[in-house]
Amino acid sequence: MAELVLSARGMSRRFGGLYANRDVSLDMHKGMLHAVLGPNGAGKSTLINLLSGDLPPSAGQILYRGQDISGWSPDKRSRAGIGRSYQRTNIFPAFTVFENCRLAAQSRAPRALRVFSKAVSFADLCDAADRAIEQAGLAARRDAVAATLSHGEQRQLEIAMVLATSPSVLLLDEPLAGMGPEESQSMVALLKKLTPDHAILLVEHDMDAVFAVADVITVMVTGQVLESGPPEQIRDSVAVQEAYLGEGEPGDE
Amino acid sequence: MPLPARKKRNYLPLVLLVLALFPMFGSGYYNELIAKIMIMTIFAMSLDLLVGFTGLVSFGHAAFFGVAAYSVVLLSPKYDPANLWLVLPAAVFTGAAVAFVVGLFVLRTKGIYFIMVTLAFAQMIYFVFHDTPLGGGSDGAFLNVKPELRIGETVLLDLNEPMQFYYIVLAFLVVAYVFLRVLLRSPLGHALAGIRSNEHRMLSLGFPVFLYKLAGFVTAGGIAGLAGFFSACQYGFVTPEILSWHQSGNVLLMVILGGMGTLNGAAIGAFAFVVLQELFSALTKHWQLLMGAVIVTVVMVLPGGLSSLPQRLKGLLIGGGNRNG
Repeated sequence: MAELVLSARGMSRRFGGLYANRDVSLDMHKGMLHAVLGPNGAGKSTLINLLSGDLPPSAGQILYRGQDISGWSPDKRSRAGIGRSYQRTNIFPAFTVFENCRLAAQSRAPRALRVFSKAVSFADLCDAADRAIEQAGLAARRDAVAATLSHGEQRQLEIAMVLATSPSVLLLDEPLAGMGPEESQSMVALLKKLTPDHAILLVEHDMDAVFAVADVITVMVTGQVLESGPPEQIRDSVAVQEAYLGEGEPGDE
Repeated sequence: MPLPARKKRNYLPLVLLVLALFPMFGSGYYNELIAKIMIMTIFAMSLDLLVGFTGLVSFGHAAFFGVAAYSVVLLSPKYDPANLWLVLPAAVFTGAAVAFVVGLFVLRTKGIYFIMVTLAFAQMIYFVFHDTPLGGGSDGAFLNVKPELRIGETVLLDLNEPMQFYYIVLAFLVVAYVFLRVLLRSPLGHALAGIRSNEHRMLSLGFPVFLYKLAGFVTAGGIAGLAGFFSACQYGFVTPEILSWHQSGNVLLMVILGGMGTLNGAAIGAFAFVVLQELFSALTKHWQLLMGAVIVTVVMVLPGGLSSLPQRLKGLLIGGGNRNG
């Protein structure tokens, strides 16, 4: 079995009386892409927010390499190697693509006291930024101001920024949302390329993409895990089909 | 496509030259006025680091300016000149230290709460000096003899001399300007710009945002302290008014008037504000009415402040100008 990196144990998040996540447990291993499916409101984004630290859990544990990190702040988790992307593009609009990624890389080597050195003079950070830009397929747009990018390109930048922090865990919240078919394809190829070295959690609506890249799929409904297993198991699951797939996936039989 | 790099004329050497030569032509009154503008420029630039570059709208910046000014008076012997190299760093340190303590509290709040809490802290400090005998109460206190720098028996620099004072202020204005420019292109400066642009993303990228903001806040407090030092030395007395919210408001107006997020804007804003204040108060005692009208007009017509005027004019002449400069 691959190395266990990040796991949730009986994790819950309540908003008042409403459970956004209830008793969720899942494991992420290095070299495996773990996809999370579910209808709107199933608690997928909440799950990512809990794992990344944007939201504190109401109950349960989050273990990172065996250590309980439930109380850690988002920046501490990020520095430990848990990177995340956002469903709604969350970039620095006025900066260039390069500066977005360079700043992301800077978080790994802050050098905050080097006030007499130029930020852009550190080659390691510039290289890390350029590598991430290249990986995400944005090399041609390196010097463009982020706000001027197309929606799809901004989604790519979103990923590039996470990659620039060289994380070991990737929490990706609908990276394909709003992408054209071509961009989607290259993103799927990128995910495949990244999987061997990372533990990836992918929240995504695009079924074809999910079944193409996932090693494990967890289906969530109303904040709870309905079923979890390899893609074939999910495809054949009666419960999943009834709850979710049955509506719009006639080709599954 | 990368945007074509726009060639920018650099007027700074010219400005510097004018400032350096000015005392040879100006009278005492005008020299004093320009020195005051330079002091206010240092003050406004320090606030611009927070408002324009980090996105922290502080409404209590006079606190750091004021405590530093008071520290000069309190640290100076009553009838002898203080040592410049002692009281100047002490004033900067005082401004920074007070900013550190205040920052520990106020930087936990955001937006409108941040504005109100910085104001509240500044008012607390104002009343400490206003209502206790620490700094002479509401009457303030005198700095009988201004600091000087001497080696052995020779006096190298004497702030009692208006000319020397002028050039020392000019030198430190340059130091503060260059320091801030260098700081802004350093990793810390880029991180502060990131915080201004998208604080939430900075956090999720792994930056300890609070510490970065505190670093910016302390730096701004220290530079405000430098301005406070010179202000105390220029007039030879301090009153609680230099700590009051009027002073915080004035410096904020200078930054807005000149244009936020450009150090040059802070300088232009300080210049415009002090000159207009001088002109209007000679006309009428209701000068604040006129000042208010000017500020409202500038904010409405030139959202980027006075420093965006050349681009705005160019935009109007060529057409298709960018409203935000």
